[in-house]
Order: sequence, then C-alpha cells, then structure tokens
Amino acid sequence: MASTRDTFQVPKRYNSLAIALMAIGIIAIIALYITTHGSGGTPAEKHQSDARFWASLLQNSVYFLLVCNAVIFFIAATTLAWGGWQMSFRRVSEAITVCVPVVGTICGVILLTILFSSNHIIYHWSDNNVVANDAALDWKSGFLNKGFFATWTVFTIVAWSLVGWKLRSLSRSTDAGKLTVEEGKRYMWTNTVWAAIYIVIFALTVMSSIPWFWLMSIDAHWYSTMYSWYTFASSFVAGIALITLFVIYLKNTGYLEFTTKEHLHDLGKFQFAFSIFWTYLWFAQLMLIWYANIPEETVYFKPRYFGAYSPIFWMVFMINFVAPILIYMSRDSKRNYATLTFMSMLILFGHWLDFYQMVFPGSVSPDHVPTILYDFGVGIGFVGVILFVTARALTKAPMIAKNHPLIKESLIHHT
Amino acid sequence: MPVKKFVVGNFDDEAVLFPAVKKVRRAGYKIHDVFTPFPIHGLDKELGLRDTSLHVAGFIYGITGTATAVGFITWALTLDWALNFGGKPYFSLPAWIPITFELTVLFASVGMVLTFCWLCQLAPFVKKDHFNPRSTDDTFVMALECTAKTNEQDAINFLNSVGAKDVSVQYRETGWWLGRYDKDNMKFEKRELAH
Repeated sequence: MASTRDTFQVPKRYNSLAIALMAIGIIAIIALYITTHGSGGTPAEKHQSDARFWASLLQNSVYFLLVCNAVIFFIAATTLAWGGWQMSFRRVSEAITVCVPVVGTICGVILLTILFSSNHIIYHWSDNNVVANDAALDWKSGFLNKGFFATWTVFTIVAWSLVGWKLRSLSRSTDAGKLTVEEGKRYMWTNTVWAAIYIVIFALTVMSSIPWFWLMSIDAHWYSTMYSWYTFASSFVAGIALITLFVIYLKNTGYLEFTTKEHLHDLGKFQFAFSIFWTYLWFAQLMLIWYANIPEETVYFKPRYFGAYSPIFWMVFMINFVAPILIYMSRDSKRNYATLTFMSMLILFGHWLDFYQMVFPGSVSPDHVPTILYDFGVGIGFVGVILFVTARALTKAPMIAKNHPLIKESLIHHT
Repeated sequence: MPVKKFVVGNFDDEAVLFPAVKKVRRAGYKIHDVFTPFPIHGLDKELGLRDTSLHVAGFIYGITGTATAVGFITWALTLDWALNFGGKPYFSLPAWIPITFELTVLFASVGMVLTFCWLCQLAPFVKKDHFNPRSTDDTFVMALECTAKTNEQDAINFLNSVGAKDVSVQYRETGWWLGRYDKDNMKFEKRELAH
C-alpha cells in the first residue's frame, strides 16, 4: 500500500491554477477598490460606494466560510450517525475543513472592519444615533449590538476551527497502527462525543445566530424565522458539491482507488435531496410573506421578486431547484462524472448567487444591481484560496484512514 | 398461465447460493426465479435482472399528479368559481404549490405501490403456487425451468454438486388465480399428488 498514490502530491498545474485564481481575486479586489473609491461625489454617494466595496467582500467571505464549515458539519453528522460509507473519501472532506481557519480569519477581519467602520456601512444598526431614534432597532439592541456581534463572531470562528482541528487529529491518530477491538470502541466513542459537541456549536451558530448577525442584520428591520435554516441549506448543498468536485478531481488524477461510483452516487443524492430541502425553505420563507402581505415583511421581497434583483432571484431558483430536480432525478446522472462535475459547479455558483441577492439589495441599493463581474472575480479568488489550502492539507496525511473501525463498510459500500 | 416443469433446489446459506447462481447460469440452465426469506443485495445483478422501471412509472404518476392539481385548481379558482382572497390575483400560483406538491406525492406513491403490487402479482385473494413454503422462513429456493432440451437428471445432479439440498422435480402453475389459502388449497395439493 505504500505507493505514491497513498498520499497526495500537488501537481504543478494545479498549483499554478490555484495561484492564478488567487491573483484574479486580488486584482478584482483592487479594481473594485479603485472604481468605488476613485472619484469623489456627495457624502451619500461615497457612503454607498464604500458599502458596495465591503458588501462584495462580505458576501464572498461569508459564503465560502459557510461552505467550508458545512463540510465540517458533513463530517460531524456522518460521524455522529456512525455512517461508514463516506470513510473512503473522508480525508478529502477533512482537507477541505482546513480552509475554515484560513477563510475564517479573512471573514472575521472583514466582518469586524465593517462593524467598527466609522461611517456605519452595511450594518446601519451599528450606529448608536440611528438606534436611539429607531424603536424597532432599540428593542432589538439587547441582541443586536456591537459587543455581542464581535464576541460571538470571534467565538464562532475559533470554535469551528478548533473542533474541526480536533476531528481531523482524531482521524489522523488512527494512522499509527491497527486498533484492537477495545481501542476501536473507545475511539468510536471519543469521535462521537466530539462530533456531538460540534453539532451543538453548529446549532447555536449556523442554525441560528450567525446568519442573523452576519446576513439578516443587513436588513435590520426585517426578519424571517426561516433565514438561518435557509442559509444552512444553501451552504450545505454547496459544501457537498465542493466535496464532490474534489473527489472527482482526485479520482481523475488516479487517487482514491477505493472511492467508487457508489460513493459518488450518494454524494449526488445528497446534492439532490438538499437542493429540494433548500427549495422547501426558499418557498416557505417566500410564501408566508406573500400570503400575509404585511408591508414590513414584503419590503424585503419587493426588489427581489419584482424589482432590479428579480433576474437574479429567479435565476437562483432555476439553478438551485429546477436544474437539480430535472438533471439529478435519474440514477445514471448521479453516477456520471460529467454530470456530477457540471452540476456541482452549477450548484456552487447558484448558491453564491443566492448569497449575492441576500447581501446586496440591503447593503448597497435595492434599485440597481452593481456590476457583478467584480464580485465574481473576488469569489474566484476565494476559490483559489480553497484549492490552495485543501491541496496543501491533503499532502499532510494518507489519503485513506485505513485503520478506522468503519473503513470496511465504505470499501464494500454499494447502493 | 401454463403449468410448467421445474427442478427445485434448496439452499440454507446465502454464501453457497451466490456461487451456485453464478455456476448454474454459466452452465446454461434457465433460472425461473430465486425465492429468499429476505432481500439480498446484489442477487438481482447476479441473476442478470435488469434495473426496475418502477421509478419511471413513479415519475409519470408524479407529473400526472402535478398536472391534475394545477389544472383543477386553475379551472376551479379562475374559471368556474373565481373568488377574491385578500386582493390576490385569481391565478395565485404560490398559494397552490402546497396542494400541488401533496397531489404529486400522493399520485406518485399510491401509483407506485399499486404498480409494485401489480408487477409482483400481490393482491387480496390472489393465489400463487409455492415451490417450498420455507422460502418465507429460512430457506433460499432456486427453481430451474425445464425446457425441451433439459435433462432432468443432469439438472438434479448439477444442483446437488453446487450445494443444493432436497433437490426435486415439481410441476407448478406459473400464473396466479383467485382463491384463499385457508379454504381453497386444492389446486396446490392436487399438483403435488398428480405428478
């Protein structure tokens, strides 16, 4: 087994691609900064162009952080359920989770910069004068205040990174040698406990408070009880798509010989199922507000459903619901590398676009869509970071945890 | 459906059954079916059965359900008896999605269950011949269909050689008929006595 296929070696072309993507990202950020800060204008215009710059960074960093973090959730959930099927490519998921501290640091810096900015862009509730003259914001200020936001953001990113690291190091601790039955039982128990701890943290962060803070507070007067679940569904589908893309890439370069079409089929099923789950939340959030027709709620959907953002809004629906349900419905398409690759990329883009329409109408302007190409460039940069970090992480450990108690279940897995 | 002649072998271990299926098929015998007490993964592939089309039927039923729901609600709420609900347009698609979804699921699930029963010939009072009643308990039963060219004794010897037990030649009705197991089991017994 001690062949070169056992551990990943980063191909030169892969490396240059990752660096090129990161360069595109940096160029896009610089270009965006110049276009938004170059010319003068009234204070109101300056405020808006400043917000446009930071909204782009906010959308991209939050999206890619939540996607990488969803991969930790995938690991924790399957570990907690003692799901053996994913063991053959588990090291790939683990490598992706190394991105959480990296993208998390970037995201944390961006969030805190926006929060403590002197001109109170995007999070207009961060201005004490505004809150003092606004009954609704004043009422929410017990939760929605700078101190809690900052503390909770830092705690969240650190906690995700630490538990992610713990789950990885537990997985790598089996590489030393075969486990006895007693050691195996104890190992499974420790693993389960740490996965459970992560799930609790996840429930308190992604499933509830973090989307409220980072995204929903952009439209501070509006709220939806579906919002956190909706954000979670988005990021989870995209996370599975990311795992699928890495698994297919590694299969095509000759690694992961024990990961077969059966595993990819299951990843395809996950994408299919959670695309439908996303749609369910998308629709539940929309339909109740549409039905009740209360002005302070419908104001959120007006620019999205009818206004400037409606092309994006409906494109998101087409990409994230209509395409998966039609294309992923048949068994063969979930077992086909080409459809899986295409759909995974499409889904990653679709949910990126979804985050775009969540962030921009509230933080920049509900009346016009800014040039999306800049934001796409920034997103490409984050993709580059993920490619770079994941590949580095993959080289650090064997590609398969061959002593894990459940590994055989994965090798004989079939659907 | 006609009565046919079968060579029937019983296995008490699936680890014996799998290689036996492979050998029997390679030897060119026609396997009528294999009856097992529980579903066995991979046996369908070993037997060379094609993938089921049940899901295609399910898709068609589902689409039918969607069309029925959208069609009926549209007709009822815009043409036949248009009502104004809270100032919404008559054609209010978002409000109909839940019902459309429910009807899609209902049509797909009920349709698939009925199709499954039809394909398996399962229904109240539908009666079928058994090769060995213990195939519902602890025995794996393999039935080879005898064609004009089949030499019975060869087939029996072959089944014995691949690990079957109590190999016998049986005449069985391959179709179904209406009857009750507690009252009418004449047909079942007659066949066993007749041959």
